[in-house]
Amino acid sequence: MIVASNLTKRYPGGYEAVKDVSFEIAAGQMMFISGHSGAGKSTLVKLIASIERPTSGSLVVNGQNLSALRRSAIPYVRRHLGMIFQDQKLLFDRSALDNVLLPLQIAGMPRREAVRRAQAALDKVGLLAREKASPITLSGGEQQRLAIARAVVNRPTVLLADEPTGNLDAETAAVILKIFSDFNQVGVTVVVATHDQSWIERHHPNVLRLDHGRLVS
Amino acid sequence: MNAWFSQHRAAFALAFRRLWSTPLNTLLSLLVIGIALTLPGFGYVLLDNLRDVGSNVSGVQQISLFMNLDAGKKDVAEIENRLKQAATGKWHFVPKEEALKRMQASEGMAEIVASLPRNPLPDAFIVEPTNTDPEALEILRKEIAGWPKVAHVQLDSAWVKRLDAFLRLAKLGLWMLAGIFGAGLVAVTFNTIRLQVLAQAAEIEVARMIGATDAFIRRPFYYFGALQGALGGLLAAVLVFGALALLAKPVAELTLLYGGSFSLRAPGAVEVAALAAIGAFLGWLGAQLSVSLSLRKFD
Repeated sequence: MIVASNLTKRYPGGYEAVKDVSFEIAAGQMMFISGHSGAGKSTLVKLIASIERPTSGSLVVNGQNLSALRRSAIPYVRRHLGMIFQDQKLLFDRSALDNVLLPLQIAGMPRREAVRRAQAALDKVGLLAREKASPITLSGGEQQRLAIARAVVNRPTVLLADEPTGNLDAETAAVILKIFSDFNQVGVTVVVATHDQSWIERHHPNVLRLDHGRLVS
Repeated sequence: MNAWFSQHRAAFALAFRRLWSTPLNTLLSLLVIGIALTLPGFGYVLLDNLRDVGSNVSGVQQISLFMNLDAGKKDVAEIENRLKQAATGKWHFVPKEEALKRMQASEGMAEIVASLPRNPLPDAFIVEPTNTDPEALEILRKEIAGWPKVAHVQLDSAWVKRLDAFLRLAKLGLWMLAGIFGAGLVAVTFNTIRLQVLAQAAEIEVARMIGATDAFIRRPFYYFGALQGALGGLLAAVLVFGALALLAKPVAELTLLYGGSFSLRAPGAVEVAALAAIGAFLGWLGAQLSVSLSLRKFD
């Protein structure tokens, strides 16, 4: 599903955020990327989401080699990917439902069907009752759940989260991670970058551990 | 196809909502665009009307040939001969008696004519040349002027030519004016769209992250620019109609004083549609330039 070989990302100025990393994440797997702050977790996530381009090595996601991707093909790759950010990147000028509708509008789905799908996604994260609420009125945990609803509404094959619990208390974080594992149960490949060690220690998931850009385990 | 159509409809609806949700901004932009388009639009209508005046008379390309007062029947016959040989076109002879009669017929002249001791008018020929090319007319005029007993040859189309030259100059000026105001319209749209892109930065960033194509992001701005331009064009049409309505009465009074009948012709549906289309095109152009520049920093 996601195969990296000798993947390196060097930023202008020479800083190497990811150094010669190779790994494979199978379809339907749930994988954590851990490491201290600045270890290259975010860069790796950005590479998988084709927000950044590899400097060398190859990265294949869903059978697409991202290092050889034309710029115009990037949007279509991202549509098969559910992205969740630490700062959620919700749009505060519209309702929760409209936030979830955005990916479907981008895909050109007819409105009636899109609304039905968006409501189903909100239901899955327990926010259907708040569909008309503005995201600004939601709590931190609810905002992250809304971001998850937006990420999964397109039924992506890969769910990719960058520090999804970074700003949340332990209890709320557990709820979020439970939602991830629920999606993983139904076959979605889930990749979560986090520095949160407690959850990893308790549940012993598959982990890619990064240290200064290198894969250590 | 269905997805394509629904995306365009959504982009159009979004552009309309953006126009609608900021009424004051929209109104001001429309006024700027409307006024910018009104001047060339109004100029065009005026020129169109003047051209009508010109074309009503420009068909009559005449050369008037006036004989010397002492010219006799023999001299007239000689000129008739030469005109026949030159085969210049149609012509007819106006004897001085007939010219005097005509003059008596026109209002206010009868008394003056009656008070004259003798007929002051010469015999004349009115020539209507087949070749109305300005140079050919000028050559003909010079040739005729050299014939015996010919006092004066007058090219009656001179004022038509002057009007024509004036119209050409005015048209050029109008094009320049239209160019300047058109550029202004593009600049106005450019700026409006630039501010919008800044205001929508969050949405653009998110949309990009979750798989929006460039076309998807640009589309609402294009529609916005085109819609704003088209509405500005329609506003310009309204302003032109308003100006014409204000001018109609004074123009009618003026022409009445000159004993003529001339009324300003208002622009038709085609011209109004053209104004809206030009506005839409220029708005689209401004949006296109603006979006291309503004979106660069999102890469």
